[in-house]
Amino acid sequence: MNAALPERTALTLGPVLFNWAPETWRDFYLRIADEAAVDTVVLGEVVCSKRAPLYGVHLPAVASRLKAAGKEVVFATLALVIGPRDLELVEALCGADALIEANDVSALGHLRGRPHAIGPMINVYNEGTLAWLASNGARRICLPPELSADSIEQLGSVAIDREVLAFGRLPLAVSARCYHARSRGLTKNTCQYACDADADGMAVETMEGESFVAVNGMQTLSHACANLLGDVDDLQRRGVRRLRLSPQKVDMVAVAQVFRDRLDGTLAADESLERLEDLAPDLPFTNGFYHHAEGSAWVPARG
Amino acid sequence: MNAIDRKVQPMELVCPAGTPAALRTAVDAGADSVYVGFRDETNARNFPGLNFSRPELEAGIAYAHAKGAKVLVAINTYPRAGDMGPWHRAVADAAALGADAVILADMGLCAHTAEHHPELRRHLSVQASASNPAAIRFYQAAFGVKRVVLPRVLTVDQIRALNREIEVETEVFVFGGLCTMAEGRCVLSGYVTGISPNKDGACSPASHVRYEDQGDKLVARLGGMCVDQFPTGSPAGYPTLCKGRYVTGNDDKAAYLFEEPTSLSMIEHLPALQAAGVRALKIEGRQRGRAYVGRVVQAFREAVDDVAAGLPPNARDLMALAEGGRGTEGAYRKAWQ
Repeated sequence: MNAALPERTALTLGPVLFNWAPETWRDFYLRIADEAAVDTVVLGEVVCSKRAPLYGVHLPAVASRLKAAGKEVVFATLALVIGPRDLELVEALCGADALIEANDVSALGHLRGRPHAIGPMINVYNEGTLAWLASNGARRICLPPELSADSIEQLGSVAIDREVLAFGRLPLAVSARCYHARSRGLTKNTCQYACDADADGMAVETMEGESFVAVNGMQTLSHACANLLGDVDDLQRRGVRRLRLSPQKVDMVAVAQVFRDRLDGTLAADESLERLEDLAPDLPFTNGFYHHAEGSAWVPARG
Repeated sequence: MNAIDRKVQPMELVCPAGTPAALRTAVDAGADSVYVGFRDETNARNFPGLNFSRPELEAGIAYAHAKGAKVLVAINTYPRAGDMGPWHRAVADAAALGADAVILADMGLCAHTAEHHPELRRHLSVQASASNPAAIRFYQAAFGVKRVVLPRVLTVDQIRALNREIEVETEVFVFGGLCTMAEGRCVLSGYVTGISPNKDGACSPASHVRYEDQGDKLVARLGGMCVDQFPTGSPAGYPTLCKGRYVTGNDDKAAYLFEEPTSLSMIEHLPALQAAGVRALKIEGRQRGRAYVGRVVQAFREAVDDVAAGLPPNARDLMALAEGGRGTEGAYRKAWQ
């Protein structure tokens, strides 16, 4: 080996997208603080403003514990901002003395001229948009899941840290309508928090019994789980130095360790993939978008 | 002058034109504006056989302008990384050909247009999904956007409240196809087919549709996946992913989990939209034939003028033109959410 060792690739734990019970949510992050090999943790409610107060009481303590454990803590904004309650949440968050990850354009005016991050729910497809966001103060971006490897590489022409979603269900859509509520004959206003029944989202199948998506309130996620373990060398070649792991109802501490060991070279590609399969035996994997295929596809590593 | 007698300025009627013939039909039927796209991936109706070459657009603009109508050019997909040329050329050509405005979604393209074609009026596409005052004020301040096409996620009450807080004009969809997800923020089609509205300008593309006759039923597939099934002999719908039937854990029976195969129809609610401060009304359907365009535009022309004169709109027989023969007020009605 004569090539210089690449700069270390960091791991980010994305925000919990699902409506977990407040104590479950708190305990999940306390364990992350103590045990997980992640560098950055993104906290906050991305999907539905009605959920934010539920675990909000635990938020300050969780953030403190994560920081005390040496993690960088970032706060994410809502993705779909409609009513006054949504706007108040975004405004309050952007007013805080913290690193904010914007998931809706409504946050960008507040964050102008201040270092901040861009989340995967803001449409960034090209270097023109990315350069503009960088001029507005963005320092890091978690790219939309739809981007291919070529696009991810092209975006490297802008001086901003690129992060790529490497594990977890893909966020496919948001809607003003809550499908959890609708599936029970309710509406968003009368939802009775129907979404708390499905810790990993509500399974949605076709009429032929094929798994399709997972509904998470107003959000629709892929059934298949992103997995770019086999693509980490390629990602590094394309200048990506940060990967995001999105929380699922699997052992996320173990998932993070697999990625860390693979990135550090202490775990071979084949072996790391087998470990991940053992950790999430019921989840099909996907890396289709990265390989310029349909997003549900699995493209095995070459060679 | 008595306030009751005063006629308000009619809302602008913005009509679809997928072809030069549809443009002429829409203008003749009373469109105030038509919106069009170039024949490539720079617009969100990138379908085979649709859209305008440069000479066709030039002729279309001449025809519309001669009759007092405006032409808005939709350049509302998201430019490809490392290959933004086609989108930049589309903006430059729209400006050179005398378009009255461009309809943009991508922030980078908005910035490019503001810098290189500052005199060209900029509308924010529905594909940008600007759903609140803070986002809209941002687009206005950063890129000089004059009008925003609102995503179909807002109730009429929310639109009224929004208009009180912003300076730019608002345009809302009133008839035609209906997205269930927030526009520009859905990659369901890309997940199943690899082709998506944001990248490619197409959703649930016809190239990936297959109908499979299984004897007692017809299975409608997209990218091989079953989206719906129909008893043999009954009309089969198009397999748009968000209008399909699916099974969830709550119920063993397949249901329209996201939305039923209906079309948006707001003709009866035009007085409420006018009172909410809406400046322009948009009819979806650049993929539609000119007969459809002519009938819908004519019906809305009469309705918009009636409403401006304080008369109730005549809904006529528009429902025959709606998808599945059914209309919905969609998200404009609060209970939809």
